[in-house]
Amino acid sequence: MSDKVETIIRSILSDMLGLSPLAVEQMDASTELFGAIPEMDSMAVAGLLTEMEDRLDIVIDDDDVDGELFATFGNLVGFAKAKVDG
Amino acid sequence: MNPTLQPNYYSFGGCEEYCPGIDPGGNATRRILFVAPLFDEMNRTRRMLISTMRALGGRGVSSFLPDLPGANESSAALIDQDIACWQAAMAAAAAQLKVTHIASVRGGSLIDGAMPDAPHWRLMPAKGANLLKTMLRTRVAGDKEMGLTTTSDALIVESAHQPILLAGNWLSPAMVTQLHDTVCADVPHLRSVSIGEGADMIKGSALWLRAEPQDDPDMAQALAADLDRWSASCGA
Repeated sequence: MSDKVETIIRSILSDMLGLSPLAVEQMDASTELFGAIPEMDSMAVAGLLTEMEDRLDIVIDDDDVDGELFATFGNLVGFAKAKVDG
Repeated sequence: MNPTLQPNYYSFGGCEEYCPGIDPGGNATRRILFVAPLFDEMNRTRRMLISTMRALGGRGVSSFLPDLPGANESSAALIDQDIACWQAAMAAAAAQLKVTHIASVRGGSLIDGAMPDAPHWRLMPAKGANLLKTMLRTRVAGDKEMGLTTTSDALIVESAHQPILLAGNWLSPAMVTQLHDTVCADVPHLRSVSIGEGADMIKGSALWLRAEPQDDPDMAQALAADLDRWSASCGA
């Protein structure tokens, strides 16, 4: 399931940022997101959370969300995996 | 040459609402009403929808993209609208433009149900609760950047007795409640279409998720081809 979570996150980022599958494939745990990618603004982050809920069948509370979550690709995938594993 | 986009209007609630359309020759037997995504997703998909309409025009199919009351060129105020009102507006547009088929995208599928006799085509229908949640999150994140602490739960409580401003949209108490509760209506003749690489899917991108409005000409052509095949197979 872990690899599947990562694939889904890559797919959402590809949809959101208009990046090619190859470009999102090259993201690794240290790739910076919020603050480093101009398109990753508050509205994009809000849409990202809702898409994660929808595609991963998880629920994300306001309290779960802080700046660190979107700092890197690794943080985002780690958070999603923890949510999926419950 | 691309078919020319024509200005049309439909009457609803005492207002004349703008409705660009492509009506090649004015005698097409298939006339498709597009019900666009709601709120910000509408802006991000408008160019793709108009491109799809042009491609349909080239195939001899008419199509129309009505403004929702309170959106785009409408003289009505968004704060006066709710989902039931938008459903009625789309039914009015369908009747006045004498459409034969309904094509809705994302949140548009929440308001396309008042014309159950027409065949429906839905692209990636959205849940109203999800659209609301995204707008709540945008407000919470925006407030946070300004040093304010807001929560989605507190905003929902506030919305019970007064309009709230979410992601640039003033939403009435009725709009918030109905958006939260509305799911796509069951319709008897439905084709549901998804974006993806699989069989019977449209290859393209979820433009409604993009931070900036963008275009996808190949996807518009693929959507028009699918709509052409589908509309020729049913209705009219």
